[in-house]
Amino acid sequence: MSAPAPRRLLDLPVDQVDRARDLAARAGQPIVDLARRHTTVSVERATLRLAGLGGSDPDGIPWVNRLTDAVRADLHDDGGLAHGVSLPVWDALVRGEAEDLATLAQKAGAGSVRFRVPAGEDARRAGEAARAAVGAGVRRLDERRAERERLVAEVGDAPRKPWIYLIVATGDIHEDIPQAQAAARAGADVIAVIRSTGQSLLDYVPEGATREGFAGTYATQENFRLMRAALDETSRELGRYVRLTNYASGLCMPEIAALAGLERLDMMLNDSMYGILFRDINPVRTFVDQRFSRQVHARAGIIINTGEDNYLTTADAVEAAHTVTTSQLLNEFFAREAGLEDWQLGLGHAFEIDPAVPESFRLELAHALLARELFPDAPLKWMPPTRHMTGDVFRGYLLDGFFNLAGALTGQGILLVGMMTEAVVTPWLSDRDLALQNVRYVLDSAGNLHEDFVPAPGGLIHRRAREVLGESVGLLERIVDEGLLAAIADGTFGLMKRPADRGRGLDGVAEKAEGYVNPATELLEGGQP
Amino acid sequence: MIVRPYGDTTGDGMVQLSFTLPLEHSKVAEGAAEQLARKMGMEPAMVVHARPVGEGFTFFVVYGRVHHLVDTSQVEVVERDYPLLTPAEVNAEVKRGLRRRLVVVGACIGTDAHTVGIDAILNIKGFAGEKGLEYYRELKVVNLGAQVSVPELVRAAQDEGADAVLVSQVVTQRDAHLLNTREMSAAFREAFPDERRPLLVVGGPRFDEKAAAELGVDRVFSRGTTPGEVASFLVHRLTEKETA
Repeated sequence: MSAPAPRRLLDLPVDQVDRARDLAARAGQPIVDLARRHTTVSVERATLRLAGLGGSDPDGIPWVNRLTDAVRADLHDDGGLAHGVSLPVWDALVRGEAEDLATLAQKAGAGSVRFRVPAGEDARRAGEAARAAVGAGVRRLDERRAERERLVAEVGDAPRKPWIYLIVATGDIHEDIPQAQAAARAGADVIAVIRSTGQSLLDYVPEGATREGFAGTYATQENFRLMRAALDETSRELGRYVRLTNYASGLCMPEIAALAGLERLDMMLNDSMYGILFRDINPVRTFVDQRFSRQVHARAGIIINTGEDNYLTTADAVEAAHTVTTSQLLNEFFAREAGLEDWQLGLGHAFEIDPAVPESFRLELAHALLARELFPDAPLKWMPPTRHMTGDVFRGYLLDGFFNLAGALTGQGILLVGMMTEAVVTPWLSDRDLALQNVRYVLDSAGNLHEDFVPAPGGLIHRRAREVLGESVGLLERIVDEGLLAAIADGTFGLMKRPADRGRGLDGVAEKAEGYVNPATELLEGGQP
Repeated sequence: MIVRPYGDTTGDGMVQLSFTLPLEHSKVAEGAAEQLARKMGMEPAMVVHARPVGEGFTFFVVYGRVHHLVDTSQVEVVERDYPLLTPAEVNAEVKRGLRRRLVVVGACIGTDAHTVGIDAILNIKGFAGEKGLEYYRELKVVNLGAQVSVPELVRAAQDEGADAVLVSQVVTQRDAHLLNTREMSAAFREAFPDERRPLLVVGGPRFDEKAAAELGVDRVFSRGTTPGEVASFLVHRLTEKETA
């Protein structure tokens, strides 16, 4: 049984909705143009990963980093990465500098190979070789996607919506696995492995199975593989496909997206602005990386989760409600432009209104319904309260119950399970069990209550939803006027001020030269293998 | 004053407790829960709820009586040793005492990305109905945000001529908050002569307010601290120093 999403309960003015989308497209288009004109070290490294280059040197520096850095240094006078790594790398292979990519990377690391930008016939041959190698990786994404579809058909899908989303985060992948399996047996439909604090600021992807992390576990290809294999086993045992989530956001968005696609992860946190606002990553770097990573997710059939809930952890949930709507509209525009379909858009929002505000629950319903009706075919990721979880675990349990009820009433697609010990400890075994009991009680007891939930025309919920949409249109008008980068620079979102010429990772951005080649981008944009 | 816990009658000593034991649910497991509660001083202890959690674990809720007395005269806490001022009073005090704006540099250091603490104190938005330090006319606030390295923080404090440095630490895994704080205070002591060193203030939900000396900072603020308390403390310490 899948509950149909409630439709047109708010009677939103159609012209206003169209205007909001149109403004989002106008605000977003210059950013897309900017992204098309640039590449980054991580986009180039992701391309090498799709071509099959993995592993790291004895110091733990990935070969994709060593090779990219060597190409960039050799071509310093030709604009560094301006031509991309593909032509110089496959030119070297065609010239017989090494028999394969891994050997070439080792030689490059040792300084025993020189790279150049090939021209004429050499460029044509290098481009062809690069397309063949990267094409194999893109086909691998297709195979993993088909494999997911087959498994879901074979073992069965999650029995209901919303999907119940639970987090594990021990720091040790071998500890995470039994916890994830236990959480799935207890009812989780989606498992997210939280990353180690600070991984988003590493300009490389760590290698191998990891057993040490801070408040989370490193995202590595091997950790992805181990967890997916374990959950495949559990999926068969339970007769329903358990989805796996990780985090793309950060300096290595394109590479982590590629690894997630190759290891058949099912969902990825991928917000268009999170890295800028909350990790102080350079805006240009973020938008270039974001576009590529989303193209990879689109191809791999991965559902993205955006991070609008984060704005409400720093700004007031009533005053800033329209910034969430605005960001959702921008995320939708960027996602569709990158080729993602609506079913892949887990747009984020959260239950973060101060419970002391009168009628806070009605306001939450208005905000949640607004998102539901603006994006009727997107799954929507509904995030539990964190800001007003005080350490009073008893009151927190009640708040989480109301959060679950709002989710059930408004047809949210993905429900992140709230913990009463939020802000106290990382969830204990018993916290998770109590939290799942809470979810199950609310969903089962409410049943199809959403069928009876019809907000009164002209009532508070209607008025509030229109008000937020109106404020969002106002904000989008301002963003179109001054430009999205300027709006980000002056603290429009989450009260963070992030100028376009500041922030981490800027030195890894290069403007593309005439003759730039990237087979991955060509294949992902062309839609052909 | 001598007190004991209050359930519904003065002096009944009633407390509640919950925990998980790595045992399958059984009579023996319930007995084990009761034994633990008794060893913790609950007598009698009543296991009111037991529920299997995952494989090989049982969650318990226990109610019972404790016979311990607590003596409030023996409790050690850090009492506020400075007057609480309004924003207007803070501004007036800075003008009188410093004759210039008081410079505050704030950051989350280490890998900690949780700016909620520093933002609650510094952002104009504030916390608990009080406006943050950015709202104070006579305070110049430089918020460096999250994941700032200690050398970056020291440099910013030098460049800005900071009177005070505020550091927030939320992540506590492996005592990261304590290690980071010690590293920070050592770096400031090395970079500044004693009389020119900015006031070092650290805050976060898991800090012990009594640990300032041990951590090498001037003040530790814990859970629930408001911007007004921090502003009042800064003014108290800095204008007092300047006029002395």
